[in-house]
Amino acid sequence: MNRRKELFRALGVTSVALATLFTLSTTSGASSSGTIAKGQPVLIGASLSLSGDFSADGTAFQQGYELWAADQNAKGGLLGHKIDLKIVSDASSATQVVTNYQDLISSDHVNLTFGPFSSLLTLPAAKAVSRYGYAMVEGAGGAPSVFQAGLTNVFDSALPVASGLVPFAQWIASLPKSQRPKTIAYVTSTDPFTEPQIPVAEKIIKAAGVKTVYYKTFPAEATDYTPIADAVASANAQVVILGSVDVPTVSAFMQAFEQAHYNPKAFIATAGPDQGAAFTKAVGLANADGMMVPNAWFGGSKNAQSEKMVAEYIKKYGGTAADVNADVAEAYSVGQVITAAVKATGGFDNTKIIKYLHSGVTIQSVLGPVKFNSLGENIKPTAFTFQWQGSNFVEVNPATDPGATKILYPKPAWKN
Amino acid sequence: MNGTALIHSIIDGILTGSVYALMATGLTLIFGVMNIINVAQGIFVILGAYLSYALSVHFGIDLFVGLAITIPTLFLVGIVVERVFLSRIKGPEKVVMSILVTYAISLVIEGILNMVFSVNYVELQAWYVDRSVRVFGYWLPYIYLLGFALAVVLLGALYFMLYRTRFGASVRASLADQTSAALVGINVKNVSTICFGIGIAVTAAGGMIYGATNAFNASSSYDLISRLLVIIVLGGMGSIGGALAAGVFMITVEDMVSVIWGPVWSSLTFFLILVIILSVRPQGIFGKLEARLA
Repeated sequence: MNRRKELFRALGVTSVALATLFTLSTTSGASSSGTIAKGQPVLIGASLSLSGDFSADGTAFQQGYELWAADQNAKGGLLGHKIDLKIVSDASSATQVVTNYQDLISSDHVNLTFGPFSSLLTLPAAKAVSRYGYAMVEGAGGAPSVFQAGLTNVFDSALPVASGLVPFAQWIASLPKSQRPKTIAYVTSTDPFTEPQIPVAEKIIKAAGVKTVYYKTFPAEATDYTPIADAVASANAQVVILGSVDVPTVSAFMQAFEQAHYNPKAFIATAGPDQGAAFTKAVGLANADGMMVPNAWFGGSKNAQSEKMVAEYIKKYGGTAADVNADVAEAYSVGQVITAAVKATGGFDNTKIIKYLHSGVTIQSVLGPVKFNSLGENIKPTAFTFQWQGSNFVEVNPATDPGATKILYPKPAWKN
Repeated sequence: MNGTALIHSIIDGILTGSVYALMATGLTLIFGVMNIINVAQGIFVILGAYLSYALSVHFGIDLFVGLAITIPTLFLVGIVVERVFLSRIKGPEKVVMSILVTYAISLVIEGILNMVFSVNYVELQAWYVDRSVRVFGYWLPYIYLLGFALAVVLLGALYFMLYRTRFGASVRASLADQTSAALVGINVKNVSTICFGIGIAVTAAGGMIYGATNAFNASSSYDLISRLLVIIVLGGMGSIGGALAAGVFMITVEDMVSVIWGPVWSSLTFFLILVIILSVRPQGIFGKLEARLA
């Protein structure tokens, strides 16, 4: 009797397992068929951090995705199908982001997926999406860890993060000896976006004879930056490179430096100052003067597609070009990459989209040209350094670039 | 290691820790009297910060002067929340249910704050926020000194209320044994409501200092609540003295570790201390029932 029970139980378990496998295979099959019935919308799913630590960036990404969808729908959608975006919040959680993409694919049956915000979330998200055979085009997962995971479905339209600080480091190294700073401090959050940037810059700056007087990392979950910033201030370096992922981190360091009456000659943060009004509102426009940030895009970019997007953004949300968060453009470019891939492949087949994006094709976007290498990194963008100068956010180097403005050096005194 | 930086970290820790202690005091008072774990305390701190922000930006009211409005406002908010939601929680599952209910309250408030103020970070501004004074060679920020003074005054007022007033005696009696307190004529229900109001009111002050020293949005509450819970668990759930000691102790040690071994070890140390102390004294530093208000 017991043996029969065990047999039935084993059969039951096997049936459930087979049913699950069948469901998964048919779900993947549905995505790879790549056809959508006439008159039906194309459903694109994305998980964004609409609350939690990355909520400001996540919301800017949502604006970028929605702006692109509205523009594309005005042109007739994708291959005649209206675009419906299904955006869910992951609360900045690396666990929730996986659940979200699994649900978007297996329950909501989205046709395509767009990436989340930050490298921290992109890696687990891309792995989850990869299991279903979906492509993940994203604009905020440029850390080396994302590309070293052996995934073939992830494509980052933005600047690979490791090279972000190179123009700044090269500018420091190029200064005449009399102007070149003698000391530098590096302080960075333990985040896959920030940490890889620092050693690349340090190598160039060290070779130019600039002495490192402080190099420390702080946990990404830190809430009290005062002792860290005070320690940096007491090292009294002439230049500070801060590996930050958000506005509060930069704001806390700026405030602590000012309170310690310490004003480095140059101060660059890996993220925060590129967030337009979100940055100046937090730190005060006057104090933003001289603050620098690396990126591949800014609101004043002369790229025609970018100018059009910025005009549309201002029309919808108000403000000026300097107020537009770089996240908006990064998200918008994701939509443009997918538009090109769908048009070129003539459908929504993720396998064909992945193959197309790996084909070495160059796609034009608001960020400039996009071309992916075998790892999914965009090999086309040029890294720039941007600086707040008064109420303007301007490109300052590479100095050889025709669009570059003269760098404000030394940085003006704190003004609050 | 730089000796100057180490002394500076101790000063930073004491000044910042007192503000955390003030925020944690509300949390521990609520737990002590009501057996409720208010995980919405973090969002009430942020609500206090946003109220100060609104008064400052829209009406030009100084951050400290504004407390005359924000503290009573949050007291009333606390009274309403307690009467409408928390007073209905009864029975053996009260503590667990309170976590769920206060979490739900926190999500609702977070959603409202995001709608009203957007998710963009803001920071409170006043002439004293970025300035500092030099004392024995150390630059001490005015905002931290003022925050420390505010914490001392409010904690002193709370102490006076608990030990020198008739209401305070009712609170202490309710804390010791609610049934006995009711038998001697104390209206335990009213005492609980007022204590919840007070617990939330102190977040107005904590929120103002937090908002002046950190760029914040509604989601900043998540970072806060984990720290506040650690402080009250370490100090002893329900012990105001414990919250004060643990707040100052934890933040000071964390700041010192940041300077001695590096910032990356500071958060780890924060939680390591909690584990070590709880393994020796599971009830926390001041966690004995008879010493809850010590």
